[in-house]
Order: sequence, then C-alpha cells, then structure tokens
Amino acid sequence: MAYIKIKRPRLGLFEKLYLPALIKGLRITLGHAISTLRGKKRETMQYPEEKWDDNMPEHYRGAPALVTDEQGRERCVACQLCEFICPPRAITILPEEIPTEDKWAKVEKRPRKFEIDMIRCIYCGLCEEVCPEQAIFLRKDYAITGLTREDMVHDKEKLYEIGGVRTGLVNKWNELK
Amino acid sequence: MDSILFYLFALVMIAFGFGVVMNRNPVTSAMCLVGCFLGVAALFIMLDAFFIGVVQIAVYAGAVIVLFVFILMLLDIAGEKRREFPIHAIAIGLIVAVIVGGQIAMVAGSLDDVGGKFPPIDKAAAVEARVERGNNPDSTINTILTDPKKPSYPDVHIIGEALFTRYPLHLQIVAVLLTVGAVGVVVLSKKRLE
Amino acid sequence: MDLFTFLSSSVMVLVVFTIVLTLVPISVYLERRVSAVIQDRLGPNRVGLPLTLFGAKKDFHLFGLFQPAADGIKLFLKEDHTPAHVNKFYFILAPALVMVPALLSAAVIPFGSTMDMPFFEGRQVQLAVANVDIGPLLIFAIASLTVYGIVIAGWASNSRYPFLGGVRSSAQMISYEICLGLSIIPVLLYFGDLNLGRIADQQSRDGWLLLPIAFGGDGPVVDWRTLLLLPTLLIAFIIFTVSLFAETNRAPFDLPECETELVSGYHTEYSSMKFALFFMGEYAAMVVGSALIVTLFFGGWALPFGLDNLIRDPATGAFPWWASLMHMGVFLTKVIGFIVFFIWVRWTVPRFRYDQLMKLGWVVFFELALANILLAAILIAIFG
Ligand code: SF4
Ligand code: SF4
Repeated sequence: MAYIKIKRPRLGLFEKLYLPALIKGLRITLGHAISTLRGKKRETMQYPEEKWDDNMPEHYRGAPALVTDEQGRERCVACQLCEFICPPRAITILPEEIPTEDKWAKVEKRPRKFEIDMIRCIYCGLCEEVCPEQAIFLRKDYAITGLTREDMVHDKEKLYEIGGVRTGLVNKWNELK
Repeated sequence: MDSILFYLFALVMIAFGFGVVMNRNPVTSAMCLVGCFLGVAALFIMLDAFFIGVVQIAVYAGAVIVLFVFILMLLDIAGEKRREFPIHAIAIGLIVAVIVGGQIAMVAGSLDDVGGKFPPIDKAAAVEARVERGNNPDSTINTILTDPKKPSYPDVHIIGEALFTRYPLHLQIVAVLLTVGAVGVVVLSKKRLE
Repeated sequence: MDLFTFLSSSVMVLVVFTIVLTLVPISVYLERRVSAVIQDRLGPNRVGLPLTLFGAKKDFHLFGLFQPAADGIKLFLKEDHTPAHVNKFYFILAPALVMVPALLSAAVIPFGSTMDMPFFEGRQVQLAVANVDIGPLLIFAIASLTVYGIVIAGWASNSRYPFLGGVRSSAQMISYEICLGLSIIPVLLYFGDLNLGRIADQQSRDGWLLLPIAFGGDGPVVDWRTLLLLPTLLIAFIIFTVSLFAETNRAPFDLPECETELVSGYHTEYSSMKFALFFMGEYAAMVVGSALIVTLFFGGWALPFGLDNLIRDPATGAFPWWASLMHMGVFLTKVIGFIVFFIWVRWTVPRFRYDQLMKLGWVVFFELALANILLAAILIAIFG
C-alpha cells in the first residue's frame, strides 16, 4: 500500500515542554471569555426577541408555496411534475378538469387538492426548479410549527396564502424571483 | 456494635467467597472476588489496620482484579461447563477442609485463656517494648503512640518504620524482584528480539 | 459512641452528600456557560422560575441557573431503554458502580475547620464525615473502584464501541493511578501526615502549600525550608493535576468516550437516568478531585497568608462556629474555582491521541514523579 510519510516539524526543548503552549492557549480562551463577558463579542442571536428576518440571505430556501398571477389565476396547471420529483414525497396533488364555462377553461387542468407535508419537506427547492409554469416558489418562512401532524400539512389555501401574488412574467432565474 | 459489624462483614466475605467458586461466569466470579476483598478490607479497618485495609482495596480490588476482568473480557471466556469430579479429588478437598477447620477451632478454643476476648492494644506497653528493643524513646512514633489526642493507632508510621529500619534488605530484594519482573514482561512482549 | 457523636456524624453525612450532589449540577451549568463564553456564545440563560404562569409581569430567569433542573427532569422523562442484546444484570449495575465510589470518596475530605458547637458547651464537631489517618490513600483506593463501573458498562453493553471505550478507560485509569499516587508523595513527606484534616489545619497556620506566606503565626512570615522545597511541590502539583484530568476522564484525556472515534464510548447504549448516573458520576469525581487538590495544595478551608491565626482561639486552637461556617464557604469557593479551571482547560486543549496519552503517563510522568520523590526526600533529609 502506498503511503505518504509526513515530515513532522522538529520541536525544540522549550516547545516539547508543552506547558508554554498550554498557557498560551489558556490565555487565548480567557481573552475570548472576557470579551464575551464584557459584551464586546457575541455570536448568539437571542431568538424570540431577535430574528433572522433582517439578515436572511438572498438564496434562503424556506417553505414552498403556490402563487397566483395578476389576474388572480392560479398558475399551477396540476402537471404533477413537482409531486414526481419531490425526493421525500412531500407533495400530494389531486388534479381536476376546469369546467368549460370557466373563464380559464382553455387552461384545462388545475389542482383540486394540493398538499405539502411540511414534516417531510426537506427544503431542497426541486419543486421550484422543475415547475414549468413558475407556480411554486420557496419563500423565506422558516418558523413552521404546529401541535399535531395535521397542522403541519399545508393545504392549497394555506399555500396560496403564503405564496401571494406574483405579477408579470415571473422568471425564476433572475432577481425578480 | 463492633461484633455486629464483624459478623456482617464476615458474612459478606463468605457469601462472596462462595460466589467466586460457585459461579460459572468468569466475570461474575471476578466481581465476587472484589466483593470478598472489600469485606477483608473492612475487617482490617475494624482492627485499626487502616493502611493494610486500604492497600488491600487499592492493590487487589482496584488493580489486580481489574486486570483479571480486563483479560477475561478481551479473551471473552465462555462460562464453564458442569462436570463430574473424581472421587479422590473430593476426598482430598474434604481432608484439607477438615484440617483447616480443625486449626480454626483450636485457635478459637485458645481464646478462653484471655477470657474470650482479646485485650485492647496497650499503647504504653508497646512504647516500653519498643524502647527495650533499642528504639529512641523520643522518636516520633513513641510520642504518637502515647499521644492522647490521637484517636487511632498510627499504623502507617509503624509499618513504615518497620520496613525501613528493621527490614530494609528484604524490602530491596522485593523491589529488585518486581523490577526484574517488569523488565521481563517488557522484553517478552516485544516479539521481535534482535 | 454517644448520642451526640452519632447525631453529628449523621448530619455531617447528609451535609457532605448534599454539598457534592449540589456541586454536580452547578458544575454542569458552569460547564455550559463557561464553554459558551469561551466560544463567544451566551449559553443557557433563560430557564428560571416561570413567574408569568402565576400572574407576575416578568419571568425570573436568574442567568439560567435552573437549566440543570430542566436537564434533570428531561432525563427522568426519557424512555429508559435496555437493548435486548445486553447482559441485563451488569448493564444495570454499572452506572451505580460509577456513582457510588465518587460519592464515597468525599467522606474523608475536610469541608471546614473543627467547629465549636454554638449550643453545646465544649463540644466540637469536625466538618468531615470520617477524619481518618489515611485520607488521600482512601480516596485513591475508592477511586480505583470507579473503573469497574466503566469496564462493566463497556462489556455488558455487548457492542463494539462501548467495549473499546471500556478497554481504553481501564488501561488509562490504571496507568494514571500510579502517577497520581507517586506524585503526591513529596507533599506527604513534607507534611509528615496522611490526615487531611491536620494537613489543612497546618496550612491554615503556615500558609498554603503553594503560597507559604503566613502572618500572625508563631513561625516566621516566610519559611525558607518550604521555599527550598517549593519547586518539587510545584512539579508534584502539575503531575497530580494532569493525572487527575486523566483519572476523571476529562478532556483533553477523555478518550474512553471520544465522540469522533467511539460514538460516546462506554455509555453509548445507555439512556435516561442510567446515562445520567454516568454523567453525574463523572462530575462528582471531578468535584472530589478538585476538593482533594484544594486540600493538599491550596490550604483546604484555610484563608490565605495564615489569616486564620487571627481568629483562632490561641489556647485550644479551635475556631468559633461562625468562622467554621466561613471556612466551609472558603473551601467551596476554591473548589468551584478549580472546577472552572477544569472546564477552562477542556475548552482550550484538543484531545490527545491514545499513544500520546500512554506515553505521557508512563514515559514522562512516572519517571518525573520518581525523580521528584528522590529530590524531595534528599532535601527533607538534609534541611528538614
Ligand atoms: S422543497 Fe423539495 S422536499 Fe419540499 S416540497 Fe419542494 S421538492 Fe418536495
Ligand atoms: S410543477 Fe408547477 S404546475 Fe406542475 S403541479 Fe407542480 S406546481 Fe403545479
């Protein structure tokens, strides 16, 4: 088996004693402790009072949600691609035909039931990527909680509520997003 | 109080002793041996021999048996099978038991000479005997022995003095023996000898 | 044994038990806060009395001091799961075998000076459960039994990682017990005594062992004889402290439960209160170890610079009862200080490799301790 022989640095007697290095290390940790205690440095965010919201990065992937366009039409055409691609199978879609008297009858299809189980969702964003109609987006909501498993299943109503309206020709690869 | 404790610890010792012999699982046997040693140590401590008692725990219970357990676990020795004993083995065992039992009975019988009880340690007499043997009457041990504030027998001092003044040669021979043993183990465990 | 002695010893047992068992959660809390502060975090700072539940305006959080209580409740409520493949008897016995020795060895530690009882004229009580003449030896002997708990836990769990952890720990503890015992021999030579109570008392007269300056005593302010011995005592202190880290399985020597290699070592298979017993046993051992270091090297319950000589009754050498209680406070302060030092080191030094650990014990400390004994013995023989 091939192996690489690492050259270790040769230590002087003083360095071998270990104690000076130890004391140096203790000084560093003590310095950190003191500056934290004096309130100069602090990495912790005191959660319920301070929140991520202001510091959320652009690319943050939160809860997936459905959007409507400026005419109030739901963009989703129930093609079920997202249901198919979702790795943990969090999405359940029940499609239905749009009746002929409807204004948008020529769209032909829409979801009757659209549910995302937020216990299963892994926030991967594949649904957003695969959607041909630009109907599903990952929003910045991150505090998704519930008391029961049923609470954690977002139905169609809830999804539209989170998603809101998207106007214009939404192109998901540009800044408009 | 003292005799209750004595019987208690004696019982503990005997029970664990039986455990050592009767158990088929070697680890359980070793653990019983630890219990047995703890009982012995307690008896030593009741006799004011604190040092011996504690050394009994530290050396036997704390180190030797740990190594036993260590080896037993590493080798993963299975429980023993029940087997038949030949007649002569049982006979010899019985004879040994009778001899030991007889000796204990004789020693116990001689207790009558002192009224069924050993007298407490006479510290003044001990100092006198030590001075007679040629010890300095003002040495620390003599003063500790007669010190009324000292509640217990200064056994550490006495053992130390005995080892280093009366038996220094024996002590060093034992030390050399142990060193030879330790060096020997190291040599033997280094398989590739040049 | 009269009734008074019996009662006072029983009370003392309770007091010591309570002190050690209270110091355990305190050190857990300190561990979390100190580690947080060192890493520029805040640590648990919320759990307190939920006064809002009873209609108050604000919760009373007290810097999160109630966090250990919450942890304890959580551990109680966890499922106590015993895997099917374990040796049941030893699996249950092992946690107790870790906890019991740690608590037992606290018995010989003097928590304060001999107290003149306030309501019983002429009665004195020693603030230690057992003021025996072989204090440190007894602690070592009992501490050496702790290894059974760990070995048995590793073996009874009947799975690889715990077993490796158990094997590691027994090898480590046996090796470092030797250094531990050898390193304090110079100290014991200096005191000429094995009674921890008297050792602490002597330091209250002559100043702490590592700070031998005493005002107000009968002797000189600085004893040149002690100064001469100070280097050997310092070496003894260093070896003893480092060995204690290894003996209590604390970082940087926490190889038996090294997470990166062994999941969590010998207690991998344990849950709920059985795990908590291991956890508490480890911290209790740390508390007792700190108490031993404080008693041997930092004067136990004594104030620095021999200040006790000013409150001591010159005739009998006893202290009034309030001074004894103050001494108890002094002792606990020092112990907590040392616990913080333990924690501070843990969050500073990275973990050693196992061969480095063994080499340090057998090649460096063992020889150093032996040479140190020789040096101390010669110095004491010449100048003592
Ligand atoms: S984000 Fe990923 S896991 Fe969540 S619903 Fe979309 S595809 Fe499924
Ligand atoms: S991929 Fe888009 S259009 Fe198709 S079902 Fe999902 S959300 Fe609706």
